[in-house]
Amino acid sequence: MDMRVKPLLLFIVIFAAQKLLRLGLLLMAVAVFTFVLLSFSPIDPVKAYIGADMMQISPEQQVLIAERWGLDQPIGERFLDWLGQLVQGNLGTSLVFNQPVSEVIASRFQASLQMLAIAWLFSGLLGLALGITAGALQGRWPDRLIRFYAYTLASAPTFWVALLLLIIFAVSFKIAPVCCAAPPGVLSQNVTFWQRLHHLLLPAAALSIIGIANITLHTRQKLIDVLHSDYVLFARAQGESLWNIVRYHGFRNILLPAITLQFASLSELFGGSVLVEQVFAYPGLGEATVQAALRSDIPLLVGIVFFSALFVYTGNTLADLAYPVIDPRIRLGDSLT
Amino acid sequence: MLSISNLGVTFTQYNQGLRRKQLTVITDLDLDVQSGEVVAVVGASGSGKSLLAHALLGILPKNAAISGTMRFQGEMLTPKRCQSLRGKAIALIPQSVGYLDPLMKVGAQVQRVAQLTGCSKAEAKTGVDRTFTRYDLPMNVRDRYPFQLSGGMARRVLVSTAVVTKAQLVIADEPTPGLHPDVVKETLSHLRELATEGRGVILITHDIEAALQIADRVAVFYAGTTVEIAAARDFHSGNLRHPYTQALWRSLPQNEFMPVPGNQPSPEQLPTGCLFSDRCPWVSEICDAERPQLRKVREGWVRCVHAKG
Repeated sequence: MDMRVKPLLLFIVIFAAQKLLRLGLLLMAVAVFTFVLLSFSPIDPVKAYIGADMMQISPEQQVLIAERWGLDQPIGERFLDWLGQLVQGNLGTSLVFNQPVSEVIASRFQASLQMLAIAWLFSGLLGLALGITAGALQGRWPDRLIRFYAYTLASAPTFWVALLLLIIFAVSFKIAPVCCAAPPGVLSQNVTFWQRLHHLLLPAAALSIIGIANITLHTRQKLIDVLHSDYVLFARAQGESLWNIVRYHGFRNILLPAITLQFASLSELFGGSVLVEQVFAYPGLGEATVQAALRSDIPLLVGIVFFSALFVYTGNTLADLAYPVIDPRIRLGDSLT
Repeated sequence: MLSISNLGVTFTQYNQGLRRKQLTVITDLDLDVQSGEVVAVVGASGSGKSLLAHALLGILPKNAAISGTMRFQGEMLTPKRCQSLRGKAIALIPQSVGYLDPLMKVGAQVQRVAQLTGCSKAEAKTGVDRTFTRYDLPMNVRDRYPFQLSGGMARRVLVSTAVVTKAQLVIADEPTPGLHPDVVKETLSHLRELATEGRGVILITHDIEAALQIADRVAVFYAGTTVEIAAARDFHSGNLRHPYTQALWRSLPQNEFMPVPGNQPSPEQLPTGCLFSDRCPWVSEICDAERPQLRKVREGWVRCVHAKG
């Protein structure tokens, strides 16, 4: 027993160290790029800070603020200064929300998370099911129907699908709310779970519909590859039926690429949520991103950039972790004797 | 128990535009197998050996059409009958470990094959135990994945897939290439054993030497047709009937090591007469006029008008 646990522990330690090192490098690169890009952007931090009160503040006072913030320092020094604060966990204060950036992100992400989770699960499961059906019945009418659906959705812009859903379900049928995360005029502590879910469902559906197309088409292609493999030919020679081939061999062999895709789709989902939340006026992280960008809220924007990098990286790491669990060739490959 | 006569396999293809093209890859293939014998099917790649196996199992691609007759245990082999027999009465031993699901444990795969013949789960399990014991496969091999098997073990596992089925006809498709001589010998002796138990075995190979070690009879395929069916002893005694078989025999290293000049005709441009006519030393006018019929000469079968009794 001891002999087996030791390599596993070592594996975990090495894996974690590698991942953390890469994450550090990634975040460093993100920091450099965001800082350089923002220094060259036309946004003047002092003006963005003062906002509408610009007229009441004399140029001398503006210079004083800039000096106090260290804006007169050379770019290298400014960067180090900023990085020092960042490392201590200080992301600054959001100008739009007048709250620490970390708090804004935390509360906004909580609202988005439920929507993202529903969309993620839904698109993954439905995409897998549709992809398997289409792949197994390649060339027959269910396959054509599913492919038509997938190609149409894959080429439809997210915001357009969101608007369409809004028109159909909220305006025509009136079974879904038009906007927001809760009914207007209700205090947040009085909102019930069902009301929350009711407001969540349409944005989540819009978001998942886009993801489904991608996963369906990939799953379909992978299953077709598997069905043309030698081991499926052999299974047919043993008298295995099509659905049992899918069940015993197809599913096993498409699971790995499907899971990779599923975790990689987190980034697309995150990007899609910016547009969807905007259309539904859903107060999530995506909507905060648009606000921050439109109103030159640099601290919040930078915070969100970091957070999304972390989010996507976590998704990919989870996919990496899933490989050895699913594929014995990866898990046992090294211990081959 | 198996007799195939005038089997033809034609693929319908669409090339650029929507022009339909008929590609005849097997023309006039004949073969018969009795229970308890090993019949080797030899021929170069593209001679239709593997397609014959796929036709027998009913696993040809959808665009393939079959002509001619195949009889198994006295009854015609229709596509429907193929479907119900495959895995039960007719079993395939595939070429390599690549024909096993890479993500499924070996024991589970062999057990699945047994279950497909109609066994219950428990029966299938004991069947696997019995077969693995018979082939000296340690019990822990059942929990391995195909990539963890050594070459010899993989061969024994693949033979096991046919043995658990109790199939009367076993088709081994190229079971020996790229293997260590000891493993080749072992695999061949396993196939011979299956015949001794009363099954019919078709050994598909391009290795005449290997085939002659265990086969009772040898069928030689050329460009999708049977040119000769000879007893294994006919090779050593110089009793061969067809010029192609003779040339093949001469090309072996221990004989004259003389390659057969020229190439097999491609299925796109088959000659109207004898398929071997363009490489044949005996060629004459009759050969180009029409395809020779398979006829009995000196206790064997040959498709050549010049072969003498």
